Amino acid sequence: MSRTPKPGSGDAATDKTSSGTATGKSRIEPVPVNLTVNGLARTITVEPRMTLLDALREKLALTGTKKACDRGECGACTVHVDGRRVLSCMTLAAMMEGKKIKTIEGLEENGMLHPLQLAFIEHDGFQCGFCTSGQIMSGVAMIEEAKAGWPSAATADLGRHFTLADLSRAEIRERMSGNLCRCACYPNIVDAVVEAVARS
Amino acid sequence: MHPFALSRADDPAKAIAAHAHDPQLVFIAGGTDLIGLMKDRAALPERLLDINGLPNMARIDALPEGGLRIGALARMSDVAADTEVRRRFPVVAEALLFAASGQLRNMASIGGNIMQRTRCAYFRDEIGCRCNKRNQGSGCAALRGLNRNHAIFGWSESCVATNPSDLAVALAAMDAVVIVLGKTGERLIPFTDFHRLPGSTPQRDNVLDRGDLIVAIEVPATVEAHASHYLKVRDRASYEFALVSAAAGVATDGRRIRSARIAMGGVAHKPWRLTAAETGLRGISLDDIDGLRSAIAASFTDARPLAHNAFKVELAQRAALRALQTAGART
Repeated sequence: MSRTPKPGSGDAATDKTSSGTATGKSRIEPVPVNLTVNGLARTITVEPRMTLLDALREKLALTGTKKACDRGECGACTVHVDGRRVLSCMTLAAMMEGKKIKTIEGLEENGMLHPLQLAFIEHDGFQCGFCTSGQIMSGVAMIEEAKAGWPSAATADLGRHFTLADLSRAEIRERMSGNLCRCACYPNIVDAVVEAVARS
Repeated sequence: MHPFALSRADDPAKAIAAHAHDPQLVFIAGGTDLIGLMKDRAALPERLLDINGLPNMARIDALPEGGLRIGALARMSDVAADTEVRRRFPVVAEALLFAASGQLRNMASIGGNIMQRTRCAYFRDEIGCRCNKRNQGSGCAALRGLNRNHAIFGWSESCVATNPSDLAVALAAMDAVVIVLGKTGERLIPFTDFHRLPGSTPQRDNVLDRGDLIVAIEVPATVEAHASHYLKVRDRASYEFALVSAAAGVATDGRRIRSARIAMGGVAHKPWRLTAAETGLRGISLDDIDGLRSAIAASFTDARPLAHNAFKVELAQRAALRALQTAGART
């Protein structure tokens, strides 16, 4: 398997590590990983250092998941692993054996966009669009967390059971704070989430 | 990232043996800190051992005497959402909820949370600055550099970094215990002894040795845990590390303080207990603001701010006061 960095892959780290390989200290072999991506069983072969983000984009050509900070600071790479929102840039693909992954490409059902995708269009929840798939993947899972009764830092009384009726705009802002939008579409993003909650 | 090998652990004894004998091996659970450290080249392990498959380490259990046992592999979000934790240990639930983001809380383990390394920008710098934590003997760029976010207590010429964990502050205030499985079996480390001050060996954040595996954290049931609060002060309202934070718990007779516990984050290399304040607060009424304030001030006489963080001395005292008052309102 070639280790040559792919031009335009956007993975600056790949270039840097070539010197590490040249020392011959550790030749780390790629490993096979079996996982389910958007409902399909897939087997990928990845170096242990490859993130889930890079594996989705470069091994499975699922480029809807975006690479921005690559440090767990911006949320653009958010996907679902076994139903939970996580950062694919801080996840090693080789640790995903047996996991169910959902990306923005897997959100539509029977050719229909997810209600939150529709709400983002309706409320202009984006400008450049680079953070959007991460925002939507985060929002979809966040609504499920609220349905499950999870509190947040904006919850006034932690002792009380949280319900979807408690999901105020302040709650949404707090729960979506892991997704940055440099176009600052935040009010419209909150509008879109409010609408999706109302429809769910 | 640099190349490394990855394997999976299914048995604690084997994981411990592997870690004890291989200085180039690190455990990985949630990976939210370790992967960042590797991307910043602040950690360059040759081998990663995935401990997520170790049995019975993700449980959250009530102890017979009313305490709480949190498995080291429990995720932050699960602990924060746990009904008993929210009701009986609000300071723990709040410290978790005010940390990181929804995505990171779903990933990050409790054991990893207390192992996370400083956010000092010189330590994290990808190019590699002078940092004794990272390259022993290279100096401390923060000591006379940009040190707004750094320590006001317990620092040394070698290192002025702070510990970034919110949870650790709550656990220190509540006198939690870290349960560690090592080469010689299980041992219990009082939380206030778990993290170290930098001294001349700032590369060591805590007292763990090679071959040590955190299996759980136990929080004793106390009156103060019930009436407790975590207050976090930061540059933005969410998804940011603390400038200062305060974990407080209080037991009262009427409005009079019988016992208070206060620990602070963002002020030292480890969670900083305000022991002098805790002594002075006994017998003072929660309505006596001047009395509370001067009792808290007793813990700040030995504060040693750096060039850019003198504001923390006042900010920390006000944070401690408000955390105490909010905890007091929960009695």
